[in-house]
Amino acid sequence: MLWDALPSALDLARFQFAFTIVWHFLFPAFTIGLASYLAVLEGLWLATGRAVFLETFQWWLRIFAIAFAMGVVSGIVMSYQFGTNWSVFSDRAGPTIGPLLGYEVLTAFFLEAGFLGVMLFGLKRVGRGLHFLATCCVAGGTLLSAFWIISANSWMQTPTGFEMSPDGRFLPVDWWAVIFNPSFPFRFAHVVTAAYLTTALIVGAVGAWHLLRDSANRHARLMFSMAMWMALVVAPAQVVIGDLHGLNTLEHQPQKVAAMEGHWEERRTEAPMILFAMPNMEAERNDLEVSIPGLGSLILGHSWEAEIRGLKSFPREDRPTNVPLVFWSFRVMVGLGLLMVALGITAFVMRLRGRLYDTPWLHRFAIAMGPSGLVAVTAGWIVTEAGRQPFTVYGLLRTADSVAPIAAPAVATSLALFIVTYFVVFGAGIWLLLRLMGAPPHPAQEGPEEGTPIRTAGITPAPGLPDKRVAPAHPAE
Amino acid sequence: MDLDLPLIWALLLAVAVFLYVVMDGFDLGVGIIFPRLTRGEERDVAVASIAPVWDGNETWLVLGGGGLLAVFPLAYSVLLPALYMPVIIMLLALIFRGVAFEMRFRAHTEAGRRAWDNGFWLGSTVAALCQGIALGAFVQGIAVEGRAYAGGWWDWLSRFSILTGVALVAGYGLLGATWLVWKTEGALHAKVRRLAGWLAVLTLGFIAAVSITMPFLQPEFAARWFGTPYLFFAWLVPLAVVALALLLFRALREAPADRARPLRDAVPFLCALGLFLLGYVGLGISMWPMIVPPVFSIWDAAAPPATQAFLLAGAVVLVPLVLAYTGFVYWVFRGKVQPGEGYHH
Repeated sequence: MLWDALPSALDLARFQFAFTIVWHFLFPAFTIGLASYLAVLEGLWLATGRAVFLETFQWWLRIFAIAFAMGVVSGIVMSYQFGTNWSVFSDRAGPTIGPLLGYEVLTAFFLEAGFLGVMLFGLKRVGRGLHFLATCCVAGGTLLSAFWIISANSWMQTPTGFEMSPDGRFLPVDWWAVIFNPSFPFRFAHVVTAAYLTTALIVGAVGAWHLLRDSANRHARLMFSMAMWMALVVAPAQVVIGDLHGLNTLEHQPQKVAAMEGHWEERRTEAPMILFAMPNMEAERNDLEVSIPGLGSLILGHSWEAEIRGLKSFPREDRPTNVPLVFWSFRVMVGLGLLMVALGITAFVMRLRGRLYDTPWLHRFAIAMGPSGLVAVTAGWIVTEAGRQPFTVYGLLRTADSVAPIAAPAVATSLALFIVTYFVVFGAGIWLLLRLMGAPPHPAQEGPEEGTPIRTAGITPAPGLPDKRVAPAHPAE
Repeated sequence: MDLDLPLIWALLLAVAVFLYVVMDGFDLGVGIIFPRLTRGEERDVAVASIAPVWDGNETWLVLGGGGLLAVFPLAYSVLLPALYMPVIIMLLALIFRGVAFEMRFRAHTEAGRRAWDNGFWLGSTVAALCQGIALGAFVQGIAVEGRAYAGGWWDWLSRFSILTGVALVAGYGLLGATWLVWKTEGALHAKVRRLAGWLAVLTLGFIAAVSITMPFLQPEFAARWFGTPYLFFAWLVPLAVVALALLLFRALREAPADRARPLRDAVPFLCALGLFLLGYVGLGISMWPMIVPPVFSIWDAAAPPATQAFLLAGAVVLVPLVLAYTGFVYWVFRGKVQPGEGYHH
């Protein structure tokens, strides 16, 4: 029977969750930063009256609308998948993390989705001040959303503030301890910074792409310049935040760090930093290891003598189930992070030399780095999630005990449907985003905003609250 | 505290689900009647009428999911595996529809545009169908063992669930058509007025069919509707349906509203909304107080008081706030939609 050849229902459910969450997070990773960028652009327009800010705002707004819509529809899937595929987890952990998701919807999702309509279509209807407020609400909403969902995720990594009921449910005792659990501040800072960096790299790549074609394009110059300032400041900041987050993980989830670092031996001082290796889970050692002696202790323990625990000091059944995945994802993330720092510094040097806008190799570098934020964010999530295995609630609830009683054929069917739909639909959506990004920004930019009289709004009176019945019809295109 | 938290939360979630049904109902409905609108301007106007609000409308669905997880985790963890296939296919249909919505404006070729238009119709219709099927399967009852779903992955499929599925497609179509009666002018307005009449006939037929079938599904339902004390007021529900239906047909026969009384065009939509509310109340009378029929009541499935109280403390402030700014957004986009509004091509 064909069904018998399927992987287990547990593995299929895990893969389905991984597949849908990775796809989903690509969109917020981009739109969290983009929403703030749009608020900054509109604020600059209001403050200076310069048309280039508004035009650039409207150019990115069209892209934001589509990326945001894909984030919304792929996000609805996540809010139901806890139930469809991880129902035992939901029953047990729901009393504690459920309200965090509830607050995410109430404080963030409604704010974003509600004001998105005004942001996209309402500039002429509500006037500039209210429109700017709507943009700020959307941007603030994306950050609030990140706050709650990262809190929920962090609680699964470092659960506190609860007591276990006799039937194995997590009952909340102290909400402050639940929300501000030990890994939350670090993870939140790391994720939001990553989102800003991801957006800066995409904006920078798009600006660079258009500079290569026309180095005088002032919209492209604006995008590239702002993005490279961000890269210069935020990429090094992220290195520091990432290091702090890593130390926090070492304190609370030592076996995850052991997997990230590829350390097997029980305890050792002067642990090496391993650059390259093929972690061998069968033999409990690394093959083809290339390492720098002592540096591991220095980075993790901030001392050459620091003692580092390896994977062998934990029972096999409590170790991450896929050490090479954690190990390599971590290296991808860190490697790309260092390249981002390099991009920011290089661009700064060229800026000091007055050649920021006409250095084609720098622009090609920035274009190549365009998707690197998305890749690094994905790799980082794989590190932290695969590194949390074999638990859903770290140390307390095993993944194998969290899964819904759905037979493998049903999960396989839904997984196949997800794969086909996501590749077709989001593939088309991303293709559209790339096409929009490739269209050169120019002064006659049309945004989703109807009509363009606001282009010269710097010198015309602000539109009031026109009753649309008497407002002049807009000339047909 | 002596507050009956599960009761408060059951009512709050019931309101949230109802708001979802009517709000996403009309924008899914616009998708359902899409093939009846001519390509080009009619379809663009129809889409422009829902473009500023559909994201917010779908957020109520997320609240339904997230809220159920938070305050009735047991119900969430039994119902979703039980309704696995309809829920998953509904989610995929919503994805398809949401992206088709954005893509249809950007298509380069006429063929591409037609394909995304069809995607918008198909996604909307399948989403509505799956929601109706899930509702029917829920009403019929869920197999439970201990704290988990104990049925198979085809349990949801029955003649009754297909009936409720098709009924919801017709009902959402009615909401969509009457929404467009409200929001459009001219030839499109006249067309959706006629269409709304037909959809009203269809919807009322389905309401009757479901109402007649339900008492035979479980003796409990019949006992409830035909026993005391419900008998004294339960008959008010069908009576109100008849009254609203008459009002709806009369409103649909009238001429389009003039400037003096612009809100007259909203009457058919409000009547359709009333029909949904009555159907919902009728369902509530049958199901109360079961949240996983026929096993768990709202009190069985409730999260601990600490959880329910914590979320309620925020909800009493945030839900009115959300309603206020949602109302503001609808008010900003009030009035008839003009051709050429919304996205540029």
